Amino acid sequence: MAAIEPELQVLKENLQDMLAMVKSQMENCIRAIAKRDTSIARQVLDEEKKINIQELAIDRDCENILALFTPVATDLRLVIASLRIANDLERIADSAKSLAKVLSEDPGKRHYKWMDDLKIPDMLEVLVSMLRDMGSALRDEDTKPALKAVKKDDTLNDYYKKAMKTTADLIIKNPDDSKSILSLFLMIRNLERSGDLTKNIAEEIVFQIEARVLKHQKLKKK
Amino acid sequence: MKPIEAKNVNVFYGENHVLKDISLTIKENTVTAFIGPSGCGKSTFLRTLNRMNDYIESFRKKGKVYINGKEIYDKDVRVEDLRRKVGMVFQKPNPFPKTIYENVAYGLKIHGMKDKAEIDARVEKSLKQAVLWSEVKDKLDKPALSLSGGQQQRLCIARTLAVKPTIILMDEPASALDPLSTAKIEELIHELKEKYTIVIVTHNMQQAARVSDRTAFFYLGELVEYDKTSVIFTHPSNKQTENYITGRFG
Repeated sequence: MAAIEPELQVLKENLQDMLAMVKSQMENCIRAIAKRDTSIARQVLDEEKKINIQELAIDRDCENILALFTPVATDLRLVIASLRIANDLERIADSAKSLAKVLSEDPGKRHYKWMDDLKIPDMLEVLVSMLRDMGSALRDEDTKPALKAVKKDDTLNDYYKKAMKTTADLIIKNPDDSKSILSLFLMIRNLERSGDLTKNIAEEIVFQIEARVLKHQKLKKK
Repeated sequence: MKPIEAKNVNVFYGENHVLKDISLTIKENTVTAFIGPSGCGKSTFLRTLNRMNDYIESFRKKGKVYINGKEIYDKDVRVEDLRRKVGMVFQKPNPFPKTIYENVAYGLKIHGMKDKAEIDARVEKSLKQAVLWSEVKDKLDKPALSLSGGQQQRLCIARTLAVKPTIILMDEPASALDPLSTAKIEELIHELKEKYTIVIVTHNMQQAARVSDRTAFFYLGELVEYDKTSVIFTHPSNKQTENYITGRFG
């Protein structure tokens, strides 16, 4: 066995663990909304620190592998992809944290209704499904689930566009609550952005497995 | 005209088929690295390029090897002339047991150069090209064997350069040297590339990646993959190449 192999295995496991943690954060946000349970939201806030620690562990793994094993080809791509994926995951986790912050402060019945109107739980479900695909892709080293998830990002984009109109309507109907409604819209913006980040992760997985660069395809065509 | 062109080269040592149908072209002013596990044929192929294998009794070759457009195994080729054009640097520094000056001047003298001033100028130029001049200019009459390993290897390179080759073959030129001397040799290879075509055999993957423009991977006597070094070390197209460069076999 090559000396680098156990190190790469640890890196892969750490990355899968981080992905599972971020997915779990999103799932807990769904539960917090469904059960109107602020304690679940507070749990999400507590878990955030663990995700940051995990990101640092992955950074350290990558630095060690680069310095001690000078990886090339597929090994090098795994290290590069892991650094980028960990960074994307941390930012996705930030979205869950922002949402959990709102949910932890017992926002009240009308807020939950607006969240439903703005399809926040539906967006969270799509995100969880995309992250699940990423987990399969990483575990099985298979690009198919990753590419499947890329398509799901379009659904999130559609939700985001519709939410703009819904937000405007809600503000007209509830002018005194415009600040709260706008902050919910910012949550939606974060979730849409998380979809983009998950798409980036899918692209990194394809890069790692197939050495194929998918990002900035439009720029390449020019 | 390509400096090196091999067409369907097969080499046998007795019954042993050590190179199998190798075809490869090397461009001017480039560094090409030959990599592969021990016994894969990379050194044999390197030695085929200046007929160093002629000394081996059981050696037999099929196919064509062209240097600057001329088939080097043709009967009208003088091996001495070929080796002047295609110089070689070996794994272990092998200076003659003579002075530093004599080591570099030796080749010039056997090729008929007599003018002392001309020889002096060529010795100085070659030592400067090999980035050794500043270290030895005040002790040219000292024994070459008194130099350090790294200096001896650069002296051997200067000796090769003195007879004005166009191609330099290097068989693991830094494998017996410490990291600092290795770095100097690599720096030198980079500088020499401007004027010479260089082929290097190395077991050091990082060295191949650092110094070469193109890399050829040999395995069991076959040329498995030959491409830009940046491609070989980031996304080789052959699984065997990938397994070798990532240290999973060999």
